[in-house]
Amino acid sequence: MIDRRSLLGVLAFGLSCHPALAATALTFRGLYKSFGVRGLVFSDAVLALQGKNVTMTGFMAPPLKAESDFFVLTAEPMALCPFCQSDADWPVDIVMIKARRRVEAVSFDRRIMVVGQLEVGPQTDSGTGFVSQIRIVDAGFTAA
Amino acid sequence: MKSFLVATAMAGLFLGSGMARAQTIYPLNRAEILAGSRFDLKVEFPGGPAQGEVSVTINGRPADVVIGKPAAFLQKEEGQEHSAYWIKGTELAEPGIYVVEATQGAKKSVVTWQVFGTGPRKAKNVILFVGDGMTVANRTAARILSKGIVEGRYNGELAMDDMSNMALISTAGSDSIITDSANSAHAFTTGHKSCANALGVYCAKNKSSLDHPKVETLSELVKRKGGLAVGIVTNAEIEDATPAAMVAHTRRRRDYNDIVKMFHIVKPDVIMGGGSTHFLPKSVAGSKRTDDEDFIKKFEADGYQFVSTKTEMFASTAGSKVLGLFNTGHIDGALDLRLLKKGSVSRFPDQPDVAEMTKASLDILSKDPRGFVLMVESGRIDKYSHSLDWERSVFDTIMLDNAVKIAKDFAGDRNDTLIIVVPDHAHGMSLVGVYDDARPGQLLRDKLATYAEAGFPNYPAPDKDGYPTSIDVSRRLAIPYSAFPDHCTSGKPSLEGEFVPTARGPDGKTFIANEKYCTPGSTRVTGNLPFDAPSGVHSGDDIILTAMGPNAEKFRGHMENIKVFRVIVDALGLGR
Repeated sequence: MIDRRSLLGVLAFGLSCHPALAATALTFRGLYKSFGVRGLVFSDAVLALQGKNVTMTGFMAPPLKAESDFFVLTAEPMALCPFCQSDADWPVDIVMIKARRRVEAVSFDRRIMVVGQLEVGPQTDSGTGFVSQIRIVDAGFTAA
Repeated sequence: MKSFLVATAMAGLFLGSGMARAQTIYPLNRAEILAGSRFDLKVEFPGGPAQGEVSVTINGRPADVVIGKPAAFLQKEEGQEHSAYWIKGTELAEPGIYVVEATQGAKKSVVTWQVFGTGPRKAKNVILFVGDGMTVANRTAARILSKGIVEGRYNGELAMDDMSNMALISTAGSDSIITDSANSAHAFTTGHKSCANALGVYCAKNKSSLDHPKVETLSELVKRKGGLAVGIVTNAEIEDATPAAMVAHTRRRRDYNDIVKMFHIVKPDVIMGGGSTHFLPKSVAGSKRTDDEDFIKKFEADGYQFVSTKTEMFASTAGSKVLGLFNTGHIDGALDLRLLKKGSVSRFPDQPDVAEMTKASLDILSKDPRGFVLMVESGRIDKYSHSLDWERSVFDTIMLDNAVKIAKDFAGDRNDTLIIVVPDHAHGMSLVGVYDDARPGQLLRDKLATYAEAGFPNYPAPDKDGYPTSIDVSRRLAIPYSAFPDHCTSGKPSLEGEFVPTARGPDGKTFIANEKYCTPGSTRVTGNLPFDAPSGVHSGDDIILTAMGPNAEKFRGHMENIKVFRVIVDALGLGR
């Protein structure tokens, strides 16, 4: 866990490399054009922004492993999902964040803004086996 | 017979406890095994002895000879400090007492199994309703809300009340006085006691959750021995513990992706619930699978009609095989489906409830001339009690009762259908009075009326389905829970969605009160559970079973939960 000052320091680093001004803001609500039993369908905007710089705000889920360079961004804080005991219980509309450097966990109820390059399509993390459908890579983040 | 059983049981306990690190025999001592059902015999010998140093006998003869199958011996199984003796797929056809001895040098462990037969088939169909976590207070509150009470007399009975037979059921597992929903449903569907989080297996030392010694599930049994149709219905995720217990063999109930595979292996004729994410290949957004298997397509290829809305479900009842998945997660509960429209109702506006799924399932299954076994779970009675959200828990109790009424209407006068209504465990919840907004004072405890002052609540009259048309009234039931984490409560229903009592604390490991509810007029309650408890917990209290139809008379007095299986297989004559 790191305090606000060092968090901002970390982020200043991330943001200096990824000017948020050049990025398009994405929202959780705007990720999908349909949400059904047979799966979710990405919105046209998401598909059009593949490979481009985007920003998203959300909450950091408890990391799947310590000293990782990735975490999962959720619309609502997972701290408020006391019944979510494992990643199997996480909501389906989540975004994987692959950071440019090792991530130190921030408070799970702190809203953060992530900036990085949007990737879409299934990918399995070799270290954890975690499967993601949408990612922001080469990412930095700051307090939102 | 009885005194012999007790004596051998005592002998087993004595021998088992008298030696350091004795051999462990699965099934465990005092197991009751249906004649002709399948199970894995496993013995674990501590210290990793060689095969020549050990022996396993049944009634004094080599086990492999008695069972008629070769045994496998794994010295230092999986590199561990024990050796394992296995005979997988064991069947014992003859009822009787079986004394199993495992000998390792001077050390001997003894267990006794009772293999029981059954009489002729008495029931064509069995419908097993499981009210997950349905405590006595759930029934009392459901009766007050859905029937009304005047001058101390109810205006009607619940469908689950008005049944010919009743029993008090104990729920403990082989490892603990407190069970979980996997282990407790496993007792109903296999007749064996196991440990927390286990489905269709005994809990041995195997490293993989899928490698533990198996026992046959009710679905496998009725399909193999009787060719009956099988239906599994829930409003939880279909991979969740109770429905999974009908098909699954795993030490770890969270093996959702494996459990979907097990559903596909067993192929119940009707499968209805939530949890579609574990059926979707990983290439589909929203999938939680880690492989490319598309289980909706696999079921469709096997002749199943796939439905994803209530409308589609009712249009599918002409078929004989239906897979219904109505939500990516749990199906919303009755309070949200009917009154409040919270939860995921806006995303999934056409979800069926448990009663509607029961109706559709019976329409499909009753066409099978061989008869059927249908398990129906109202799964969120429990989940909402974990959230300390009694209103949602009680609405889902009323929903279960509506499903029971549909089954009773189906059974009618035909006298060929055994109906059982049983919780799998209790929660510590209790009706203690009424919160009355008109009472003087500012604090929640000022508003609590007890004894004569409690009087009666003022919920509006129920609608045609037995649900009050409002839950937010000025004189409402007070139903506190006995075991809870830190939380804040207003004594009012959670109208904005399911109550979320806690938030993860700054250390990421302990749980603290969710400050959202810590508003003027609410009370901050210091938890009495361990600091790492995020929610309420199950209780070890006994639970109430009611039943009617052929063989229901076997339910009486106090019984252990494994006896539910025994009454079911006896009704179906599966041990002949």
